[in-house]
Amino acid sequence: MDPNLKNTNLVSKIAVEMQNISKSFGGIKALDNVNISFGYGKIHALLGENGAGKSTILKILRGIYSPNHGKIIVDNNLLENLTPQSAKKFGIGMIFQEMSLVQSLTVAQNIYLGNEPSKKFGFINDNLLIKNSNKIFESMGINIDGKEKLENLSTGQQQLVEIAKAISQEAKILVLDEPTSALTSSEVKILFKLLIKLKSEGKCIVYVSHRMEEIFQISDLITVLRDGKIINTKKIIDYNLKTLISDIMGKDTRNLSDINKQNNIKSSNILEVKNLSSFSKGGNYNFKLRKGEVLGIAGLLGSGRSRIARLLFGIEPIGSGNIKYNGKKIKIKNTSDSKKLKIALVPEDRRLQGLILNHSIKSNIELPNLNFYTNYLFLNDYKSKKDAQKVIDDLNIKTLNKNDIVTTLSGGNQQKVVIGKWNISEPDILILDEATAGIDIGSKGEILELINSLSKKGKSIIFISSELTELIAISDRIAIVSNGEINKIINKKDLLSNKREDDTTEQYLQFLIQTNSGSLNENYEYN
Amino acid sequence: MRIMNIISQIFTNFKKTWRQNIIYIGFICVFLFFSITLYDSGFLSTNNLLNIGRQTAIIAIMAVAMTLVLSCGEIDLSVGSVAGLASVTTALAIKYYGIFIGISVGLSTGLIIGILNGLISTRLMVPTFLTTLAMMGIAKGVSMWISGTRSISIIDDSYTNFFGSGDLFGLPSLLFWMLIIGLIGHFVYRHTKFGRQILAVGGNVVSANYSGINTNKIKFYVLIISSLMASLAGMLYAGRLHTGRFQLGEGDELSVIAAAVLGGTSLFGGKGTVIGSIIGALMIGVINNGLILMGLEYPQQLIARGSIIILAVAISESGKNKR
Repeated sequence: MDPNLKNTNLVSKIAVEMQNISKSFGGIKALDNVNISFGYGKIHALLGENGAGKSTILKILRGIYSPNHGKIIVDNNLLENLTPQSAKKFGIGMIFQEMSLVQSLTVAQNIYLGNEPSKKFGFINDNLLIKNSNKIFESMGINIDGKEKLENLSTGQQQLVEIAKAISQEAKILVLDEPTSALTSSEVKILFKLLIKLKSEGKCIVYVSHRMEEIFQISDLITVLRDGKIINTKKIIDYNLKTLISDIMGKDTRNLSDINKQNNIKSSNILEVKNLSSFSKGGNYNFKLRKGEVLGIAGLLGSGRSRIARLLFGIEPIGSGNIKYNGKKIKIKNTSDSKKLKIALVPEDRRLQGLILNHSIKSNIELPNLNFYTNYLFLNDYKSKKDAQKVIDDLNIKTLNKNDIVTTLSGGNQQKVVIGKWNISEPDILILDEATAGIDIGSKGEILELINSLSKKGKSIIFISSELTELIAISDRIAIVSNGEINKIINKKDLLSNKREDDTTEQYLQFLIQTNSGSLNENYEYN
Repeated sequence: MRIMNIISQIFTNFKKTWRQNIIYIGFICVFLFFSITLYDSGFLSTNNLLNIGRQTAIIAIMAVAMTLVLSCGEIDLSVGSVAGLASVTTALAIKYYGIFIGISVGLSTGLIIGILNGLISTRLMVPTFLTTLAMMGIAKGVSMWISGTRSISIIDDSYTNFFGSGDLFGLPSLLFWMLIIGLIGHFVYRHTKFGRQILAVGGNVVSANYSGINTNKIKFYVLIISSLMASLAGMLYAGRLHTGRFQLGEGDELSVIAAAVLGGTSLFGGKGTVIGSIIGALMIGVINNGLILMGLEYPQQLIARGSIIILAVAISESGKNKR
């Protein structure tokens, strides 16, 4: 039974065929002999964990990566040397996860950006643009005015403008990558109505999302990828949540279990968070953190899990609620407050938030710790150099010189610099937001080991991650976040004992995340 | 063999660092060029050299502060007119209340404008380019208004001797002012927490914030320092010329920024040196002086000076994109 063969039978009128596609990055296979076809008049969902190969497929389809092997056939034309420009010509339209629109232009100008029609003497007829784009919106059944400035639209409306832009370029194949992660639930409804309408008009829609609730609502076909291979392609009715999760996660236990997790949890709470909300984005967070505990935080993209970190570290202004720290009520107004309280954050985006890229390793490491190095007025460079060297040695950062610019390091080593600079400050609460995303396995293991040893020393850790294996390996409890609230906190012990025997722990946790993230309501025991 | 190794190492080191040190090389080249070509016109005479020093010192003092401002990723266009305003307020206060009130009024002028610049930029979130551009006009307007566009002479000898006119150990006191401010500036910039925080804010304001730095506070202090140094510059102008006048310091902001950028300070923040800025100011002074001695008319001087600055910055910036 070759799962690839079944695929072709399920698709009626084929729009795209990708045959025997392989792609490697530096010896690591991102895609391994993948065969997949997308049909007209269908919504086809791609599912898989981070790094399963979904986005590689999309990037090959868009002409950003060229495959090492294999053929791409669109409407029976063999496409060679596909580029983003030629992909557009063949009717492939991409709806980006991060918006590609210009905020200061009008909706109509955005739709026709780089594609302006009827230039008389080189002038652009703005009224014509507005008329045309309003026509498109009318056909989409959506009420957006082409004259409006983009910055006045909500995120959901901007997403619809993206789709209108693709339609204006006569895209027949629409690729949506995590389109709902920034939308409210009413915006999602509008988007889905539109997608179903487009489907009935015969468009081919490829849909990538981590939210299985949506997948079940909207898609006709599901293809599951794991480790660069296609695991299965099935009609939606042939899947239920449990079988889908087990296809996505697989049965292999991954090699993180060798982390020698030892508990040193004290009975006293270091942090008690009550009804905490963000000033601009809302939310309602309630949880307690004990000394020496690792609290894992799980949730889907856009669930509000990173907001917890930003609120506790003073990045986002707090709206209401209160925080008790060692039993005392505290106020956090900015990051220098939280640093004084010995709270540290390893942020989501190390290049933008974690590091000053064109400064040296040493200056990055000393930055949160300048107080330790200051005697009277003088900065004691000797101490700071010693600490930088200590971070490099302890965390095994691969560099010749602490004065090298941070950009010369690999991603994993850069992340170690961010963790190392906070480790020097000896925080009592260390928050890590996707600290192991996009770094090599070796560095990942070392980082998890460090977190483990910190918790042994009685430090408290908040560990936010979308990689369930490491979340389970490192956490004592796991909180599940959705819609800006913690919906469930589960002990690791319960996680291990409540799961059914034929499931892996990851599969059970994924199930819990999905069922706690919306209206999807399936009973674990009976499915 | 060993000698060859050492030589090749020196050479590779030089290749790595020559762009950073171009200002020193350029300064020496320009100086040598004028020394040879203008030897007969007295370029190297003690008097002429001291004159260059006198003319440059005030720009150099403002350039020290501008180094901090630019390194922080901000800009201060108001320094020239703040210098003019401070010269007027100091002269007026000395005339009516004496030297001590005069000095404190002069410094308070800078302090108040610095606080205003800082509050407008960090609380109202107006970019410093606009804040200080507007403040440039406001400061000039105020100084024209309170002086009635007249010069106000200063007859207090102890003031003029201390601020700019006098000599110390046979050298103009202005040189000592430059030296002291330069040393303090260099120390703050290189060897204090504040200096590192300035570089961090200018290098990447987001990760500076994520490192627990109150970035607005840093910007605020930097703008205050810049205005304070501008008012000191105005007081030195007033002392040197025995008069306070609104035109003093007019257009200095451009020379000051040019001096800092020539010295290797990045317009985009995160990088710079205080000593480089002082050398940059001296270089502009040498060029001005040399062009005058060559007998160029003022319009020709302007053109030559502009071209030399563009050339110097272009050389120091070239090759950066290659990585």
